[in-house]
Amino acid sequence: MPLSTQSDQGDGQYVLVASLDNVRNLSNILKAIAFKDHALFNATPNGLKVTVEDSKCLQANAFIQSEIFQEFTIQEDSVSFQVNLTVLLDCLTIFGGSTVPGVTTALRLCYNGYGYPLKLFLEEGGVVTVCKINTQEPEEPIDFEFCSTNVTNKVILQSDSLREAFSELDMTSEVLQITMSPSQPYFRLSTFGNSGNAHYDYPKDSDMMELFQCTKTQTNRSVTHFFLINKGRFFCHQSSNYNHNHLHGFNSTVIPLSRYKMSLLKPSTKALALSCKVSVRTDSQGFLSLQYLVRNDDGQICFVEYYCCPDEDVEEE
Amino acid sequence: MDCILIGSNVKVLAKAVQSLSRLGEELYLEPQENGLALRTVNSSRSAYACFLFSPLFFQKYTPPKSSTQRCKMVIKSVQAVFKSLSSLEKTVEKCRIELDIEKSRLTFTLHCKHGLLKTHNLSFQDSESLQAVFDKEGCANTLTAQPKLLVDTVLHFPPSLEEVRVSVNDERVLFRNHVEDEAEQSKAMMTEFCLSAEEFDRFVVNMHTCITFCLKELRGLLVFAESSGLPVSLYFDEPGRPMVLSLTDSVLEVNFVLATLSEEGQPRNHNSNMRRVSEPPITDDFMNDDVDYIIAMEAGELAGDSDWPEPPRHALTPPRLHGAAGDQQESSGECEDEDGQQGAEETPVEESGRPPNKKFRSLFFGSVLPTPSQMSNRTLQSQEVLASDSEDEDGSPSP
Repeated sequence: MPLSTQSDQGDGQYVLVASLDNVRNLSNILKAIAFKDHALFNATPNGLKVTVEDSKCLQANAFIQSEIFQEFTIQEDSVSFQVNLTVLLDCLTIFGGSTVPGVTTALRLCYNGYGYPLKLFLEEGGVVTVCKINTQEPEEPIDFEFCSTNVTNKVILQSDSLREAFSELDMTSEVLQITMSPSQPYFRLSTFGNSGNAHYDYPKDSDMMELFQCTKTQTNRSVTHFFLINKGRFFCHQSSNYNHNHLHGFNSTVIPLSRYKMSLLKPSTKALALSCKVSVRTDSQGFLSLQYLVRNDDGQICFVEYYCCPDEDVEEE
Repeated sequence: MDCILIGSNVKVLAKAVQSLSRLGEELYLEPQENGLALRTVNSSRSAYACFLFSPLFFQKYTPPKSSTQRCKMVIKSVQAVFKSLSSLEKTVEKCRIELDIEKSRLTFTLHCKHGLLKTHNLSFQDSESLQAVFDKEGCANTLTAQPKLLVDTVLHFPPSLEEVRVSVNDERVLFRNHVEDEAEQSKAMMTEFCLSAEEFDRFVVNMHTCITFCLKELRGLLVFAESSGLPVSLYFDEPGRPMVLSLTDSVLEVNFVLATLSEEGQPRNHNSNMRRVSEPPITDDFMNDDVDYIIAMEAGELAGDSDWPEPPRHALTPPRLHGAAGDQQESSGECEDEDGQQGAEETPVEESGRPPNKKFRSLFFGSVLPTPSQMSNRTLQSQEVLASDSEDEDGSPSP
């Protein structure tokens, strides 16, 4: 009786084969982005990129370069599939999470291509476990159009200090406001919770601040809401480029660009915990990019990044 | 009010807040001429705590110009300012507290390592003064011990234990767990812990007595005592009268006043006018503070405070106040004296959320509203009195 609904093939047919002597070099970094059940895997000759998204507002990516793997063979330019990340992590950590010095779990990851399951061979101390996880149709990840040219402000901090601030953040606050400015307060994290507001200020000359490039203070963005009645239904759109023909009215609201939903940023603390440095960048649209430099067990460098949309919930005046 | 704390004193303040949080849910902040007072009371009004930090505790202390700068806030919000207590010493270099009632501003600013600045703007409510009536010197029994002794003692009792019975005679002190029902006694595990008089730094027992009080509140004090290393003094006498736990040093005075269970059928020295008055339902809303007003009295201060005028009587409760040093003063006619307001009045209170047969006394009642001038007088005096209390060896009331 087949245990998997997807069929299996022999070794030579694999489109992607990746081997690791220490599976933790993959599982640890995946844990840093495992806030949702499903993840998109995209393998290229450069390495593996794993993407997790939440409500079209948050995207996390983990990059594991091909050099990290002991073996990384790919037959095509790009191989993509979607799997249940929770299940995958359970398999990768099947031998338990505790580390005994000198003992590591080895991984061999094999994928046949579209329609085939993801096959994992895990070995520790002579015991081999074979896992087959069904793959799903890969979805197109959101393109935040965040490119270096649009970046208005950039700051690189040592993770230690940011960890302290994030661990103390007032969780009763719905938003986290990140203010970056060429003048005081330079870099500020603010919360607005039940007992009052709190601000964490990092001066630009702090020894925790590795890089400080702020060209201007993030201004507010003006958004125009267009109200339409179309076929008896009421629509509300926001855009600066819209066909005004069916316009019934509009009003303008000012949205501060620097606020982000706390609930969206919370998962990033896992990546922060693993990292030694973090870069915080915002672009002209207020999109936030957090890039974490993570050193794995063998001292090799991997990257995790989080992209977040600014919070568009505007309070009623 | 503006004050600055540096170094390890920040941790002391944070520990004080933590200790107060074990008792009550709201923190009363009152900057006075003689220092900054942090107080709380528990929801059933059967326990009160006050931490008074003298101006010397601070690197800089600017008291308010008016005496109406008093506020209260949810204690959790202050705890949020001082998260990660263990690393506080290493990370925080300076803490500044600014209070401006007119501008509705209460700001805690922490200057930390690496230039990190943490600013907390807390919301608060105006409040009346919260002070308890108690008399240390008038208590028959005084015990002083190193905090470790008490910490080790309570360690033997399960964390879930609510009340503890303490009995003293001339040689020893017995701590026992208190079990309410007779029926339960046979099923419950009874623990008895005996400490001899020699283990105490000071052991003055003028009345053999047995009191029952809430252990949780004692633990609250011990949280602070242990970290400060200051000896803890216990003042108590007959059951029903409040017990006072006190720690002092040159820059700080801590007082915890706990109500004790009164024994039914025990001869009472109270006036027969004492009647059970039903208090308004206890709520956590301290908006009716003006009803639950207390006269602040430290023992010696009371006895020696000739400026202290007779406070107005409250219409509802007949303030039958008991003299210090038991009722000896009453019989000697000092009751008429304004200084007769010593001791805690005992108005039994129906407490919400507690088994009906508990009879902890509320410590607070009467509505005495001292005028601002009286307040400052009193507080000024208390600083002097503090010194005399600690120097007083024989426990007699200061003149």
